[in-house]
Amino acid sequence: MNLFVFPRWANKTRALAGMLLGGAPVYLTFLIWYGASPKTTDVGYMPQQPVPYSHALHAGQLGLDCRYCHNTVEQAAHAAIPPTATCMNCHARVWTKSEKLAPIRASLESGNPVEWIKVHDLPDYVYFNHSAHVTRGIGCVSCHGRVDQMEEVYQHEPLSMGWCLNCHRAPEKNLRPPEEVTNMAWTPPEGTDPLEYGKMLRAKNNINPPTDCSTCHR
Amino acid sequence: MAAISDVNPFVNAPAGDSAFARITDNVSRIAEVERPPRAWYIAFACALAILSIFLGSIGWVVWNGIGVWGTTMPAAWAFPIVNFVFWIGIGHAGTLISAILFLFRQTWRTAINRFAEAMTIFAVMCAGVFPGIHIGRPWLPYYMLPIPNQMDMWPQFRSPLEWDIFAVSTYATISIVFWYMGMIPDFATFRDRATTFWRRLCYGVVAMGWRGSSRQWHRYERAYLILAALATPLVLSVHSVVSFDFATSQLPGWHTTIFPPYFVAGAIFGGFGMVVMLAVPARQFFGLKRIIQIKHLEVMNKVLIATSLLVGYSYMMEFFVAWYSGNKYEAFTFVNRAFGQYAWSYWTMIACNVLFPQLHWFKAVRTNPVATLIIGMFINVGMWFERFVIICTSLTRDFLPSSWGYFIPTKIDFMTLGGSFGLFFTLFLLFCRYLPMVAMAEVKAFHPSAHAHEPDHHVEHAGQAPVGI
Repeated sequence: MNLFVFPRWANKTRALAGMLLGGAPVYLTFLIWYGASPKTTDVGYMPQQPVPYSHALHAGQLGLDCRYCHNTVEQAAHAAIPPTATCMNCHARVWTKSEKLAPIRASLESGNPVEWIKVHDLPDYVYFNHSAHVTRGIGCVSCHGRVDQMEEVYQHEPLSMGWCLNCHRAPEKNLRPPEEVTNMAWTPPEGTDPLEYGKMLRAKNNINPPTDCSTCHR
Repeated sequence: MAAISDVNPFVNAPAGDSAFARITDNVSRIAEVERPPRAWYIAFACALAILSIFLGSIGWVVWNGIGVWGTTMPAAWAFPIVNFVFWIGIGHAGTLISAILFLFRQTWRTAINRFAEAMTIFAVMCAGVFPGIHIGRPWLPYYMLPIPNQMDMWPQFRSPLEWDIFAVSTYATISIVFWYMGMIPDFATFRDRATTFWRRLCYGVVAMGWRGSSRQWHRYERAYLILAALATPLVLSVHSVVSFDFATSQLPGWHTTIFPPYFVAGAIFGGFGMVVMLAVPARQFFGLKRIIQIKHLEVMNKVLIATSLLVGYSYMMEFFVAWYSGNKYEAFTFVNRAFGQYAWSYWTMIACNVLFPQLHWFKAVRTNPVATLIIGMFINVGMWFERFVIICTSLTRDFLPSSWGYFIPTKIDFMTLGGSFGLFFTLFLLFCRYLPMVAMAEVKAFHPSAHAHEPDHHVEHAGQAPVGI
């Protein structure tokens, strides 16, 4: 039998093999780092809701406070989704014949709640508490974006663990006076350095967010 | 298709006119024969059966969680870590033989280094399984690696468990590179002797174009030396780092400075025990008696005596320090080891590791393959119990009597322990069947006919030849 000899083109595969061996780990790391990151997979998630409720209209133009509908945020971990009755406070009188509101009226009649689709959905092993954040002066806008300008609500932030830790490690970047939390357009007072102002608030309100595992994973 | 032969195909004398040709034939025919001896098939069937138990028990553990083991507080480490340390220790003999003995010009190593290196790699693979499943979430082991991630999580570099990751993965990498590079000239021999297309292609590709030119040999020797120099510190460092898992904690019986040298000595001891356990059947069934000779077994048995004494010294020194320290917790731990609830395991360890190997002081014992095999087995049992004693006695009887307990293994524990031998032997038997079991090129380099002298010079070199085939 003839001796085994590598064909001439095999010389070219050496460089290829080197690139694959060296490049593959780097490529895979970046692929997963970028591709599997919630920044890529979750930001911009905008499911179609059963009713085309416009936050831009209600919270923006009409100026409803967030807490009018999501009324539990200051006391509870969970920010309540309003019952149909909350809608009917107004819509018993305005837009009573609107086609778009037909599911709301059907819900009122049957007693079955409207099946809104959760946009900001954290994993079940994460225990997020709205009241802990809102009462300490983290504005709604910090995590949810300018909801008052959203026709339909979408996920604005990655809500990844690294993103949570960013703020837990340096909360002064996002602090505001607790009474301003629902003010979507709030900015630090004129003439103050935003970071210095945040640090002042942090010291004044004694804000020391923990970063140990059991803070969020129990 | 030939039927499985009742006659071992390797009992015949190797073919060839010169000693070099006979060495080549003796090693190559093992991988070239169409049907290996019946003993190989029986052994392989057993190994596969045990491997399936291993995979089944791992599947059960992954599906149900690690609660199906007896591992529970206070013995939170128990069998999986015992098995991990046991297997990692086994590997050390291979690296010692291939690296340190090479640098010390111990030419007798050439007869056994190849399969000792294979043993190292397979042992590290078995070892790697245990931390992987013991973490309880075997799909998340990448948490232990410093990979940038969206969780902003970074490994705890102050933890010896993290040092373990780097120690063991470095060790596995160097061992595989060393093993593979050493096989390249032998792959080329297999390639050139191949009679079928696929053998020619497969061995041709893995031989990477080896032609045996002077330049290739020159570079090969250089690379071998460099790799040996790189691997040498690993013989000492890997098991030292494994011992830090214990030594850096504050538990009585673990928190001692003797641990790194004591673990390294134990690892080499257990590793050589495994090497002789594999060498005896391998030379018997594959007709390698002329290459792996009685005198090689004898040298390894002498290493076993030396390391057995080192290990025995460590056991005594632990007792001495426990008394000398004046620390009552430390003293209690050691009295408890020898006379407490796990006394049976302590004395098993002493008998297997310190007493039985002393039989090798008798030349009749250390030159007897059967006795070598049996004592090798005892050493492996003893070294497993050494880790069991260290882990279980200390964890179940620490400072607070209110938190004392007793570890009771479940049958799943025994299945994962026993099953890991299935993985090891399956890989080892495949290695025997398809890869060059002895480093042909290296053996030839130290054969007497490679050092031809004037007739009268033979007198002064008498008895130095490592291989006479």
